[in-house]
Amino acid sequence: MKIITVCGMGIGTSVLLKMNAEKALRALDVDADVEAADIGTARGAARTAQIVLTSADLVEELGQVPAKVVVIDNFTSVAEIQAKLQESIA
Amino acid sequence: MPVDLAEELPVESVVTGARAADWREALRLAGDGLVASGATTADYTDEMIAAVDELGPYIVIAPGLALAHSRPSPAVSRTGLSWVGLAEPVEFGHKANDPVDLVIGLAALDHDGHIEVMSALAGVLADEDGLAALRAAGSPDEVLRTLHALSEGDVES
Repeated sequence: MKIITVCGMGIGTSVLLKMNAEKALRALDVDADVEAADIGTARGAARTAQIVLTSADLVEELGQVPAKVVVIDNFTSVAEIQAKLQESIA
Repeated sequence: MPVDLAEELPVESVVTGARAADWREALRLAGDGLVASGATTADYTDEMIAAVDELGPYIVIAPGLALAHSRPSPAVSRTGLSWVGLAEPVEFGHKANDPVDLVIGLAALDHDGHIEVMSALAGVLADEDGLAALRAAGSPDEVLRTLHALSEGDVES
């Protein structure tokens, strides 16, 4: 399974989100590749992904993608990421 | 051994008890801190503000916390961090995480050269007690001492 984390500029928040998503996946015992992308490359990367994690502001910017788009409010909360991932994977 | 953020953050790039009238001023303070560290020029500050104008307050990544940054650009000469603790929280317009009382400025030259710094930052931000201690710090020295203690695994409460 492929998961993309998206932020606006590709240097900060998507990396943070990727690290915490990986922690969440380990806790869920789910095997997946997590890739950090910025909004520019995200649409392309999302074509082969099952789930996209991003912030509320970027959902519109991201537009239509075949993957499931999941909004994360608190990028530092592994608990929130875990709960939302669990819901989308189920 | 995790990176000690206190070593990445020169004291000139840390302010506590700062006053900002609005989110632009708060970002200016974060930008000034990055300039003071020698990592960026003032253009980067404008770029960080433009990023929020363009994409909305997506940088407010957790309750009360903004991670100010923009794309790698000619305005960045190396990876840099700044830290701005606000005396009064400021609205950024984020539906879930406003208002903001801590702005961390980040500058990078490329998309993956600062993984260790991000990893250390992620660790600090995930530690609720540690973050509370950092927010309570009354001076730049106290922020740095706390960051250093956190990297050693001791949380001051």
